[in-house]
Amino acid sequence: MKLEIPFTEEKMRALHVGDQVEISGILYTGRDAVHKYLHEGGKLPFSLKDQIIYHCGPVVIKEKGGWKVTAAGPTTSIREEPYQAEIIEKFGIRGVIGKGGMGLKTLKACEQYGCIYLHAVGGAAQVLARAIKKVRGVYLLEKFGGPEAIWELEVENFSAIVTMDAHGKSLHEEVLTASRNRLKELLSLPEFKL
Amino acid sequence: MKDLKKSLLELLRKTSSELPADVQKALQKGTRAEPDNSRGQYAMRVIQENIQIACDTSLPLCQDTGMITFYIHAPVGFDQIAFMKEAKKGVAEATKIGYLRQNSVDSLTGFNSGTNLGPGTPVFHFDQWKKKSVEVKLILKGGGCENVSAQYSLPDNRLSAGRDLDGVQKCLLDAVLQAQGKGCGPGILGVCIGGDRATGYEHAKIQLLRKLDDAAEDPSLEKLERHIVEMANRLGIGPMGFGGKTTLLGVKASRLNRLPASFFVSISYMCWAYRRQGVELDSKGSIKKWLY
Repeated sequence: MKLEIPFTEEKMRALHVGDQVEISGILYTGRDAVHKYLHEGGKLPFSLKDQIIYHCGPVVIKEKGGWKVTAAGPTTSIREEPYQAEIIEKFGIRGVIGKGGMGLKTLKACEQYGCIYLHAVGGAAQVLARAIKKVRGVYLLEKFGGPEAIWELEVENFSAIVTMDAHGKSLHEEVLTASRNRLKELLSLPEFKL
Repeated sequence: MKDLKKSLLELLRKTSSELPADVQKALQKGTRAEPDNSRGQYAMRVIQENIQIACDTSLPLCQDTGMITFYIHAPVGFDQIAFMKEAKKGVAEATKIGYLRQNSVDSLTGFNSGTNLGPGTPVFHFDQWKKKSVEVKLILKGGGCENVSAQYSLPDNRLSAGRDLDGVQKCLLDAVLQAQGKGCGPGILGVCIGGDRATGYEHAKIQLLRKLDDAAEDPSLEKLERHIVEMANRLGIGPMGFGGKTTLLGVKASRLNRLPASFFVSISYMCWAYRRQGVELDSKGSIKKWLY
């Protein structure tokens, strides 16, 4: 299904774990350095209200006086777990894209403030870079370097799956619990022994 | 070796943008294993599409072009200093072109060198051999899968894992469980049983130079490799941790002797974007043969 800008609370609350979406609009990249910066009270020259943050450190090259993203898959989100909930609340973010999922603190913030977590396919840097139509701007480039800067990206049909919704459901929790139980069973089977 | 830099640049390009045939074959098998219209199948299809685009365009398969690690075998008397100098030039150029991301960050200041050069980057492992030829293998391993790599010290109370092969198995399956989708599975485990903390990890990673379709020479390691793949694929973690059939593509196990007091199990978790390549060079440094 389509998910188009503006990313309103209503649209986000209408989505559920397992929904595959094609996102069109603006994404802001932000990973380790940006999350720590915002947590420590860092300021931004633009508003993140009703925006989507993308955990991504892209490969960006200079071309014909502009920027071109040549690879842009998601990075592991769990490293932002200490900061994400606070940033969702404080900046009014409506969506977080990354990989590997996030923890209960973020899940709770998603439910409370109407935000969702979307999982893009890790490593699929080319498929996802093709969805980026334009680099609209870059922030904190000098301070953090290319991979850690905030890149403002215009995307069309960027593919991801909702794995944590605004209703308290997380696919990651489900798979973790199921696989942990499965492992317990396996260890007790006679065939486990070599 | 006047052509060395050019050859290494080509090695970096190919490694970053093309997966070896054995990895592609394993991923195709994994794609077929996922049920129709499942999340696992969605992930595997995106992966397949990504492999095709990267190969066609010579762009990085994954934006995290990883820790650049060279494994060199060369005859006695080979000039390692000259090799490193040329290799560093090749790495900086590959970064500028965009085959590699700017991936070398000062751990104290956070400053990104912008060239992939700095203390500890890139990594070189040199070995001498009796042959006359020079062989250069390269692994690009990203941070996501490096972060879920793990080292266990047996006995391990939490896992009820003792100092035997059962204990080793419990460590390996625990590592897969803990990784979930965070290491960009379906993954591959490079494993070393024994050694010390440093050599254990080193040898675990060296196992990733092996092809997916080979098997350990030691019969008990060979059995362990097959068994862990089979067990891990029953956990239901699936591609990207979305749930599904394909959690591991392979296990490559090795062993080193250990001290009586230590028993480490070291695991180097590799993501599906298993970027490994290698070349044999002639006396001028030109590529004579691709190794994978």
